[in-house]
Amino acid sequence: MDHRIQLVSIVGAAGLLLFVLEMVRRRRLLERYALLWLFSAIVLLGLAVWRDGLARLASAVGIAYPPNALFFVAFAFVLLLLLHFSAAVSRLADQTKVLAQRLALLEERLEEAETREDGATIGAAPRAAAAAQRLDDDVIEPVGAPRARRR
Amino acid sequence: MRPDLRHVAVVPAYNEAATVGDVVRRIHADAPEWDVVVVDDGSTDSTADIAKAAGARVLRLPFNLGIGGAVQAGFTFAREHGYDVMAQVDGDGQHDPAELSKLVDYMRTHPELDVVCGSRFLLSGGDHRYPAPISRRTGIHIFAFLLSRFVRQPISDPTSGFRIYNRRAIRLFATDYPHDYPEVEAILMLHHHRLRMEEIPVRMYARGGGVSSISSGKSAYYMVKVLLALFVGLFRRRPLPEPGGSAPVAAETGF
Repeated sequence: MDHRIQLVSIVGAAGLLLFVLEMVRRRRLLERYALLWLFSAIVLLGLAVWRDGLARLASAVGIAYPPNALFFVAFAFVLLLLLHFSAAVSRLADQTKVLAQRLALLEERLEEAETREDGATIGAAPRAAAAAQRLDDDVIEPVGAPRARRR
Repeated sequence: MRPDLRHVAVVPAYNEAATVGDVVRRIHADAPEWDVVVVDDGSTDSTADIAKAAGARVLRLPFNLGIGGAVQAGFTFAREHGYDVMAQVDGDGQHDPAELSKLVDYMRTHPELDVVCGSRFLLSGGDHRYPAPISRRTGIHIFAFLLSRFVRQPISDPTSGFRIYNRRAIRLFATDYPHDYPEVEAILMLHHHRLRMEEIPVRMYARGGGVSSISSGKSAYYMVKVLLALFVGLFRRRPLPEPGGSAPVAAETGF
């Protein structure tokens, strides 16, 4: 293998590894989503450093030029990650649906209770608006971003 | 109609300001024993206010979930408020609330049924002048053909949203109801959970206004999506039913 492409591969894989680690450290990336990225980066780095292993892998799957095997592995990981994220998005969409339904049920129940309390519908609307205002005013810290870790 | 049963009609509505008030008033007039809950599926018009003014209780979804998510909110509402019978009535005026009593009477005389579904294709004597483009009717008939084989009973109108559900069906669907376009898949789910469902003829009308959730551009997507859901649904793992027990439920609540 050409030394330049090996150097580029090592720098690329190491850079990816460090970048993922840094994102986890800054809490930009949840550990459970980082694991697959870390695994990919480590395998790619290993293959970039260990030329013999890459050559053996290439001949095993019938790739004439070993660096192409590196792209092959990288592409396989990208596909895996995309599928992983599609699954994550599906789960989030399902959770969001349940949350939206619960919110609608709770709001209706609250409105009913307030209407009954006031004896008129008039009270409910301004109160809901005031509640919305309060939410806007609150400065909400991002979850899992304690200041101590940022220093 | 048994006076001791509590009935709720759930009306899913997305930007149906033109018709939803009328639908609510007609249910109150023609089926007075039914409580009415309009599920406003994130409408951008005044659907929710009009429904409220017409005397319905209104669940306002914070954003559009699609018909499946909206109706499931109705199932959850019915379960939590202890209703015995829930009906689904479209907010666009396609369904005639006066026919709710037909559905309920049929369920009362057939106590083994969990769901009674109104079918526009069962009307006798060429009376089904159902106004729909031929492409949509073809799609419906394809679903009907497939479903009839899957569930081993004749299904003529699998996309009908004019249905009533008993407590078992309410409990099942409050826990697990299909996304997006649920009517066809719901029939398969009932079959998997050993719940009984039958169709009876009803009349359906053209939309009174608003836009169908299935526009012509989307109908191909709709076909493919539902077919995928059907075939996947055939192989999906469902909990085993307990003999003679209440409806087993997928209980995918733990995520």
